[in-house]
Amino acid sequence: MPNKKDDVYGDHISEKFNDELTELKTQFLNMGGLVESQVEHAIQALVDNDGQLAEQTRLNDKIVDKMERDLDEEAILVIARRQPTARDLRLVISVIKMVADLERMGDEAKKIAKMAIKLSEEGQAPRGYIEIRHIGNHVMSMIHDALDAFARLDSEQALRIMKEDKQVDEEYQAAARALLTFMMEDTRNISRCMMVMWVLRALERIGDHACNIAEHVIFMAKGEDVRHSPMEETEKVVGR
Amino acid sequence: MNTMNPSIAAKANMQDQGAEIPVPADRPEDTIIEEGRTVGKPFVDDPKFKLRNVSVSYGSDRAIKDISLDIGRNEVISFIGPSGCGKSTFLRCLNRMNDSIDICRVEGQLLLDDEDVYHSKRDVVELRARVGMVFQKPNPFPKSIYDNVAYGPRIHGLANRKSDLDEIVENSLRKAGLWEEAKDRLDSVATGMSGGQQQRLCIARAIAVSPEVILMDEPCSALDPIATAKVEELISEMSESYTIVIVTHSMQQAARVSRRTAYFHLGHLVEVNETDKVFTSPEHQLTESYITGRFG
Repeated sequence: MPNKKDDVYGDHISEKFNDELTELKTQFLNMGGLVESQVEHAIQALVDNDGQLAEQTRLNDKIVDKMERDLDEEAILVIARRQPTARDLRLVISVIKMVADLERMGDEAKKIAKMAIKLSEEGQAPRGYIEIRHIGNHVMSMIHDALDAFARLDSEQALRIMKEDKQVDEEYQAAARALLTFMMEDTRNISRCMMVMWVLRALERIGDHACNIAEHVIFMAKGEDVRHSPMEETEKVVGR
Repeated sequence: MNTMNPSIAAKANMQDQGAEIPVPADRPEDTIIEEGRTVGKPFVDDPKFKLRNVSVSYGSDRAIKDISLDIGRNEVISFIGPSGCGKSTFLRCLNRMNDSIDICRVEGQLLLDDEDVYHSKRDVVELRARVGMVFQKPNPFPKSIYDNVAYGPRIHGLANRKSDLDEIVENSLRKAGLWEEAKDRLDSVATGMSGGQQQRLCIARAIAVSPEVILMDEPCSALDPIATAKVEELISEMSESYTIVIVTHSMQQAARVSRRTAYFHLGHLVEVNETDKVFTSPEHQLTESYITGRFG
């Protein structure tokens, strides 16, 4: 738990209000940590052909869903009790929105886990695992950095994540082209390559959600909504 | 009192030409207040009140320090800030309510429709008819409801006949949202009404002399939430015809009723901005600290 005195949300006259915002942040980071490990386990289960880990990951998604509901409830109560303004309001509203992103990341991890279960049942490892590992690592570091940017209210780091998302998109496009070539080489590869493609698609979506979180961190820190803005404008906002 | 010194006059003139004096803080995080410097948008086109370099002192204590601000026509503007920040003092300058305090000295330029509020030949009674005031605590006269509203028009000679006066009373009570509740008891003594009704009666009394500006000094702080909602609704309706300046301790009220919000701190005007901006991403760190409950 962050030290309240050093925390920009921890210096209200009302200690109880400090506690409520700190709790909201902590709960969000806990949920983020769980989602991060869900993604990690889903990829690991797929690459290692570990059906048991995949099944566990699939089941854990229920915990993610419950955390989403709890966090939304907590945020609604803060609004009802405190009528937060300015940076406190931006925190509460952003948490409500970012929680939805985390939950969707959890869903994508569950999707990957389901693929892992299917692929492990079919036995042999298909082509495309290298891409999954590579893009997976990239996306996991984005989630980690997005949570870190949130915890430290670091808009510069958030901007870096948004730039990385562009790289992930490009990597996804390149991997999709490679898989297409494998499928054309040998039609027996098609069904497995399609599965790998879906996994890559899920990872790419996770990257998008991490990018959304980064946009909210910039909103929290700078008070400017940078969603759907050109990168140059976002850079200006962060530089202010 | 029109005691503006030449350097202030020159500064005020500079502002008139460029309206550029309050430069936004280079570092919004800066908590230092520089005298006469306000972040945000303190000026508007064609203002109702044009206030330049206004300072107010009580003896040797300066309660208001070099404030420049425009108040727009038919604008609702809120003054917020911690107790003792000078917002009420500043409000009371606008219709010279501070005149009754001997040690109070007002400097700077205060123009209402380009006319000097503190000109030595200014008729203060006429000024207060143009710039009405509603106070924190409802203060009806110990007279009937009718006589409370009719009092102002009578002394200002606004009605020659009884029927004219009846019309003014009815219109004022209607505008104050009180007619339906009061029409059958116009002869009852006003002090028998509920707090919320009394406050709306005071608003009707202020409206009865056809003011151009209504100053409200914490008009809802003694009212329950329902009466507060009625007064706020009234403020929204009245904004079509009047300029309204409201001092409030309720941040939510400022957020609900006003178009611009001005934040006062230790006699300085720290920030003036669109209300939406003030409550979502204020420019000055002190504004942010106050509205988020970090001091007050």
